[in-house]
Amino acid sequence: MTVEELAAKYGYKIATGSNENLKNDVSGVYACDLLSHAMAKVNSGDAWVTVHTNLNVVAVASLTDAACVIIPENIEIEQATLEKAVEKGVVFLSTSKSAAHICHEVLSALEKGL
Amino acid sequence: MNNTVIVRDYIIPADDFALAGEASSSVRKILTQLGVAPDIIKRTSIAMYEAEINAVIHGHGGKAHVEIDENKIFIRISDEGPGIADLELAMQEGYSTAPDSVREMGFGAGMGLSNMKKHSDILNIDTEVNRGTIVDITVFFNKP
Repeated sequence: MTVEELAAKYGYKIATGSNENLKNDVSGVYACDLLSHAMAKVNSGDAWVTVHTNLNVVAVASLTDAACVIIPENIEIEQATLEKAVEKGVVFLSTSKSAAHICHEVLSALEKGL
Repeated sequence: MNNTVIVRDYIIPADDFALAGEASSSVRKILTQLGVAPDIIKRTSIAMYEAEINAVIHGHGGKAHVEIDENKIFIRISDEGPGIADLELAMQEGYSTAPDSVREMGFGAGMGLSNMKKHSDILNIDTEVNRGTIVDITVFFNKP
């Protein structure tokens, strides 16, 4: 399942992301707001759910090869972060749903082999 | 890879989160281009990013010096910050002196040094109060 397909399936808004990066394959989901913990635990291909929207999220997502970052509860993403995300090729999705809800959706889609 | 040694030097700016992680990101790119195994790249990225972030947060910025040969990557992150008063305590997971402003960004969980230790093969920290801190990280490409 690509990031684009995931976003379309559950109505996540694409906050930023090039066509190429929207084709990233989503192979897992990880939710954590401690950046050092996420840094060590996010696997390549994970959709990473976090409430943080600062610049460091871009660095961690990029260094861990996350498929995308998903921001829950319509939390506004800082402009500087969006610009940095474009520069680094990191996709940000956004939704009104909670982190737990997002994890459930991504896991359901993965379990169905989408 | 031949015996060629790749050497890179980076400046780590103080309190500048726009550039925090740039050195680690650049090194990651080099290792990817060299065809280093993904798990080794991941370990290196984690250890180096934590050291880099520490220099930004605690060390008033600093420098990163990187040497890559066919067997390993050596990273030295040095700063002239306040130093670490009790290194043994600082190495304990959960211990942090990060200010609230940094915690609000998602750092300050007290995992930086333990992440570095966990994800490097050799970690050496030379620190002195009011002089600064030098963190040496070595990651081998092929475990003996």
